[in-house]
Amino acid sequence: MPWLSVTIFLPLIGVPILLFWRGIPDPVARGVALLASTTTFVVSLGLLGAFDASTPGYQLVERATWVRSIGLQYLVGVDGVSLFLVMLTTLIIPIGILASGSVTRNVRLFMACSLLLETAVLGAFLSLDLLLFFVFFEALLFPMYLLIGMWGSGRRVYAAVKFFLFTMFGSAFLLVAILFLFSRASGQFGRGTFELTKLQHLSLPPATERWLFLAFFIAFAVKVPLVPLHTWLPDAHTEAPTKGSIILAALLLKTGTYGLIRFNLVLFPEASHYFANAVSILALVGIIYGAIVAMMQSDLKRLIAYSSVSHLGFVVLGIFAFTQQGMSGGVLQMVNHGISTGALFLLVGLLYDRTHTRQLDELGGLADITPLLAGSFMVAALSSIGLPGLNNFVGEFLVILGTFTANRAFGVLAATGVVLGAIYLLWAYQRTWHGPPNERYRGLADLSRVEITAVAPLLVVMLVLGVYPKLLLDRINPTTNKIVQQVQVVRHDQRLLARGGG
Amino acid sequence: MNPTIDYHAILPELILSGTLVVVLVVDVFLRPPRKWLAMPLSFAGVLAAFVATLTLIGADRTTFGGSYHVDPFAVLFKVFFLSVAMIVLFLSLRYFREGRYYQGEYYFLLLSSVLGCVMMPSSRDLLMLFISLELVSAPAFLIAAFRKNDPRSNEAGLKFFLIGVLSSAVMLYGMSLIYGVTGSTNLYEIGKALAGHLGGQETLALAAILFVVTGFAFKVSAFPFQFWAPDTYEGAPVPVTAFLASASKAAGFTGLLQLMFVAFIHQAAFWGPVFAAFSIFTMSIGNLVALQQRQAVRLLAYSSIAQAGYMLLPFALAGHGVDKEAFAAAVTYILIYAIMNLGAFAVVVAVSRKSSALLIADFAGLMRNAPLLALAMTIFMVSLAGVPPTAGFWGKFFVFRAGIDAGGIGIALAVVMVVNSVISLFYYLAIPRQMILVEGPEEPMRSPALVTFVAALAAAAVIAVFVYPDLIAHFPPLSTLVGS
Repeated sequence: MPWLSVTIFLPLIGVPILLFWRGIPDPVARGVALLASTTTFVVSLGLLGAFDASTPGYQLVERATWVRSIGLQYLVGVDGVSLFLVMLTTLIIPIGILASGSVTRNVRLFMACSLLLETAVLGAFLSLDLLLFFVFFEALLFPMYLLIGMWGSGRRVYAAVKFFLFTMFGSAFLLVAILFLFSRASGQFGRGTFELTKLQHLSLPPATERWLFLAFFIAFAVKVPLVPLHTWLPDAHTEAPTKGSIILAALLLKTGTYGLIRFNLVLFPEASHYFANAVSILALVGIIYGAIVAMMQSDLKRLIAYSSVSHLGFVVLGIFAFTQQGMSGGVLQMVNHGISTGALFLLVGLLYDRTHTRQLDELGGLADITPLLAGSFMVAALSSIGLPGLNNFVGEFLVILGTFTANRAFGVLAATGVVLGAIYLLWAYQRTWHGPPNERYRGLADLSRVEITAVAPLLVVMLVLGVYPKLLLDRINPTTNKIVQQVQVVRHDQRLLARGGG
Repeated sequence: MNPTIDYHAILPELILSGTLVVVLVVDVFLRPPRKWLAMPLSFAGVLAAFVATLTLIGADRTTFGGSYHVDPFAVLFKVFFLSVAMIVLFLSLRYFREGRYYQGEYYFLLLSSVLGCVMMPSSRDLLMLFISLELVSAPAFLIAAFRKNDPRSNEAGLKFFLIGVLSSAVMLYGMSLIYGVTGSTNLYEIGKALAGHLGGQETLALAAILFVVTGFAFKVSAFPFQFWAPDTYEGAPVPVTAFLASASKAAGFTGLLQLMFVAFIHQAAFWGPVFAAFSIFTMSIGNLVALQQRQAVRLLAYSSIAQAGYMLLPFALAGHGVDKEAFAAAVTYILIYAIMNLGAFAVVVAVSRKSSALLIADFAGLMRNAPLLALAMTIFMVSLAGVPPTAGFWGKFFVFRAGIDAGGIGIALAVVMVVNSVISLFYYLAIPRQMILVEGPEEPMRSPALVTFVAALAAAAVIAVFVYPDLIAHFPPLSTLVGS
């Protein structure tokens, strides 16, 4: 069975129904989207089963020529890095659809956008052809733009445009760099190709390699986002509807970190070493700056948005430590951040649906009124802080360990980020839920059954991954091990331009 | 000497000529309420010419002593121009029927202009090129001023006329100098002559090339000869603007492609940088000014200037060893641009029935009032910006690829174009933003069936070409014009 293609394109089945059935009732539209996305999740479980944990390379590869004259092929494959990002995507989308009960305008378009986004994100995670990746990577922008711009709050239009322009700016240079690689490939291999595993063996002069690294890096750094390219993120997150924030945090940001591993490290190992310290410092600045700014926020959603800047800094730091623990920790953290921050945004959204405010000074004393919501928020916050027994702990620990063996100072600084994280999240928790009971909110409903269905899977995953991370690490480690080895070959002899095996 | 004429090769042109005479004559005998019948009549003629052109696929025929050449390049563009003509006819019907215009004369003039377009890609002779170009322009001056009661339309026609005549004069002067230097008006002969030793007349030849290029630069609205375009586009009837921005502009490019890549190719080292400058300034000025527009047609006018800059870029790559690729990139871009631009104008025609001022703000709430049109317009705008999943992405892609393969200056140009593409997003998104994100008055909009059909067809084409770019990209490399 072509697991990957089915997983990528299954969500699209719902789109024509949603687009062309003009008078579709809202509940049916929700049902169609939910059905399409849960089926995708079930299929992706089959994909998980078909994945061979002991093989480090790409698996379940499917290849077809798309446009011969351009050299574009449809080439998809999965490895330890992308496997759980795919699982995360297929899990998060149906949860987001369940949680978008407050969307009442243009439901059918909203659902169509969600499904288009799912396909684009899955395609980006699974493409092994650079041009194919780029097409998916770009295709997710417009649905996301609509999601923020149409169903967002407050300054939604401003936020949507800012999001679109920032990311387009980054990816424009990516296209030039990809075409440059293609052109070099036609020179060296006799025919141009966008295939990742072939372009890996291209030999480039160091200066060229560094330029290309930067072009790729900017595109992905905008998405991650790394300071100072992060300014679109708080706006986009804050104004986006709940589902938009969940998708942004859990999935879109991951396309950035994923791109760094999949393309920057593998295609430009020499340049990756050359820039490693600079990137790590940017990541550290992000960790600490994000945490401090999060502390200052009065809007709960904005606070969580800045916490993303901080958490994604850990991921990048882990990746650029070039140690196996760091890399595995980074990949694990991508998944963990998706689960924890996704859950936090979901819960903030549910809270906002009830209180119609996200201002911390207007909240408070809600723990008695909505105990289930408060309890879920606590678990998600603790997970995000990195409490042992919950998912984030393992990932953060591995990142710090991996960084520490590579560079002590970086490791120590990263650890302070964990402490800061505990401060702002616990403080936010306290200000939102504790304190004297607030008369204004008396009589608010606790989580409904549908909402529990949306929240519970995330909480269960947090616990399971916290107790038994081996489930993921067994499948991630062979791949990260191989990538680190490939990069290390270059480290031992910087001038040696031959690359490790493909 | 008595050259035999290959009537099959010029059959499309003959049919068109016949049709336009018939349209003019029949119009005299029609009572005013039935004047609109000129449109179906014109359409039948164009369709017949289209079928006649299809019989010429794969042909390689010359006639009129080598000055008229029907080869794959010419057939590709003839098919394209005739398709555009059919679409413009669709857009025109209701617009001219409802607005008390002289319909018979309009269709006659439009068809004359189309005839010029169809002749252009076959013209391999300076005189033929000049005649074709005049045939495209002269009727267009008149139909641009067809909204007689609106001073802006008069301004449109007059500006277009003055600039057009001036550029023709400059071009004709250049052509006469070329003839003086090379002793021939045939493009292939000129190419051979310019490749050889010119005996001290090199400078004169270069000056002549510059004159000819200048003439065409007006036509395709390249900076610094672009200033007529926004006023003309805004003042002219919207279907005419659609024609000017797609067919007429493409005709200019067709002529330019033949001149540059056939006749003047050996001087590429000289004119390449000129085109590089043209390209950079045209796209940058077009984009920067477009940012400040509040009127939809003016916005599309400046966008079309910026797009001309993208189409000029491949010219700058001539002589860098990627001639064939650059040529194919330019042709592909022109074709894709015409599809998305025509689609956008179709939506503008529909909206113009509701608001004749056509401010961007008038698009507010279109998503609710006319979801199909709004969706189509969004697709066109995303495509003009070059973002997947739309055809515009491949258009840009081929130009980028040619630039990067050329290396050096090509990469620099590609980077400039990339930056411009991002800037263009600001204003291309302005219309979807109004349509989708801004609430407008709720009043269901009825648009003419033909116009909706054109918009839907173009939107489907934009998506289809994205999914399978070879629908268009397959054909330009087949042309034997370059490298033969």
